[in-house]
Amino acid sequence: MEKRENNIKSRREFFRKAGRITLAVPLLSIPALLAKKAYSEVYVWQIDPYKCTACGLCKTSCVLTPSAVKCTNAYEMCGYCDFCPGFLRQGARAYDTGAENQLCPVGAIKRKFVEEPYFEYTIDEELCDACGKCVQACSDFGNGSLHLQIMHGLCVNCNQCRIARVCPSDAIKRVPADVPYMSKDLNKSITRKGAAQTKKTES
Amino acid sequence: MIKKYSRYLPYFLIAVMLIWHSVLYAQQMRYPRPEFETQYTYPEYQYNYQRAPYWEYLDVAVLIAALSITSWLVIKKRSRQGIMWVSVFSLAYFGFYRQGCICAVGSIQNVSLALFNSDYSIPLSALLFFLIPLIFALFSGRVFCAGVCPLGAIQELTGFKKVKVNPKLEAVLGAIPYVYLGLAVLYSAVGSQFIICRYDPFVGIFRLGGPYTIIIFGALLLITGIYINRPYCRYLCPYGVLQGFFSRFSWKHLTITPAECRNCRLCEPSCPYGVILPSDNLKNTEVTEIGRKMKLIYGALILMMGLSLAYFFYNTAPLLARMDKRVSLAREIRLEKEKGIKAVSEAAQAFNESARTEEELFEEEVAVINRFRAGAPWVGLFLGLSLGIRFYRRIIRHPRTEYEPDRGRCVSCGKCFEYCPVKIKTE
Repeated sequence: MEKRENNIKSRREFFRKAGRITLAVPLLSIPALLAKKAYSEVYVWQIDPYKCTACGLCKTSCVLTPSAVKCTNAYEMCGYCDFCPGFLRQGARAYDTGAENQLCPVGAIKRKFVEEPYFEYTIDEELCDACGKCVQACSDFGNGSLHLQIMHGLCVNCNQCRIARVCPSDAIKRVPADVPYMSKDLNKSITRKGAAQTKKTES
Repeated sequence: MIKKYSRYLPYFLIAVMLIWHSVLYAQQMRYPRPEFETQYTYPEYQYNYQRAPYWEYLDVAVLIAALSITSWLVIKKRSRQGIMWVSVFSLAYFGFYRQGCICAVGSIQNVSLALFNSDYSIPLSALLFFLIPLIFALFSGRVFCAGVCPLGAIQELTGFKKVKVNPKLEAVLGAIPYVYLGLAVLYSAVGSQFIICRYDPFVGIFRLGGPYTIIIFGALLLITGIYINRPYCRYLCPYGVLQGFFSRFSWKHLTITPAECRNCRLCEPSCPYGVILPSDNLKNTEVTEIGRKMKLIYGALILMMGLSLAYFFYNTAPLLARMDKRVSLAREIRLEKEKGIKAVSEAAQAFNESARTEEELFEEEVAVINRFRAGAPWVGLFLGLSLGIRFYRRIIRHPRTEYEPDRGRCVSCGKCFEYCPVKIKTE
């Protein structure tokens, strides 16, 4: 009896050791396989403004309320229109800053007079909730300078972005954290230092 | 003449509208850039940035530190209270401060996505979060589950009562994580979606907000967890399956008694998970050994189970693929084309506005389904073999001379420590 128990014990010990070695092999091979592909670079989520259709799902699908997505204006693309389709509701009674004339449901677009006939439009990110109404109007009737971007001061960088999963046009993708914005600002990409660097257009 | 062709008029109009739409999209600079006469400069845009990448390495450092401390607490110090404090810290740091991302449970999907997709490069922190807890499991058991995992910690700290589950029911429910793991690896390997993250029940609680279905699911799990401790870990967690594999062969592991077991049976009611394997010394039963012939038959049965599940999954691959965004869009568009059921989803609208053709979409659909077909049999094989071995392990019975935890399922929570009357560790 005693001998049999010892036998079983040593056999169990042997199996345990063998199993340990067998399991260590994949554990070591996974980093070896991925060594070439593992980047110390961190990835973040960003919207490709040229794919975005401003469907409005960014507003409702983000894990944050209000969404980490905000509207931005690419000033170098903006026409500074007097009649801004992103700012003014279609069929507005008067073309002024009256709340009933504005398209934005939360009044996040601020209009400032520059010179005749130009107006500057800036977005108050505190108010913007990424409904995309102005983006759609600007794309359809204007220069398309208004576009949605994920603001990385707010984004919690989920492993799987909830908006990316539901995005109907697959516009949200992983980008290196060093170049976290895909601004429409005439192919300018914003680097980590905050300085705008002009990228050579590849087309 | 007009009457003859008038039925084509709607199609013609739609074509014009669609083309017009693409024209609109192609020419977005409708109005020229203004030439300001005043000294106007473009406003400087204030972009915000994420925390710097080296913070990710701080997370990894914290993970290693927490795992080392828990290992020491579990194996050397044998302090339940210490493990509880580590749980509190992990819940606060990995849970509420880091908001549950990135976690080791979800990192399975990053690894699988990186292994099977050449265009995705895995962030180093995700790889390390996957590997380090498994390395620790190989050395000291499931110490990650004990107090470092935020999902485990929140359940550990809310498990007040101790209701034992019928072992047979436990065995059946315990098979769910294998299925979950298989599907999670499949869906991420084909580049479809991360289902573990999608159905993570506690992330809504960590972020203090989220879709109400997930919040309710998390709350229900926590309420269940008050009585049936750690329901997510036992009946859902896919990472727990991997942890179990590695812990089963661990070098050191939590022991119920610090010295020699006296078979006093005092620890029997201590474990809320029912993973304490009783000793055979008291019962004095002769354990019947399974003959070689039976072992061969069982082996063949397990293999058959694996193969049949592989076949089953190969055939259900198109069904599994329907959860993919691209496949469901293609199905919708095809239904509209063939049966005239109007495609109304956001994705279909976006597709109609885009320049992609239906042929491209259908080609992509076929490609995705083929990827599912290639991956699904392996999932089936894995499920068949691992579940078969699970059942086989319930049949065979090695005689034991002392009470010991089932290494695969024990989460090293340390609740059994205080039940053991042997307190002084004899060297």
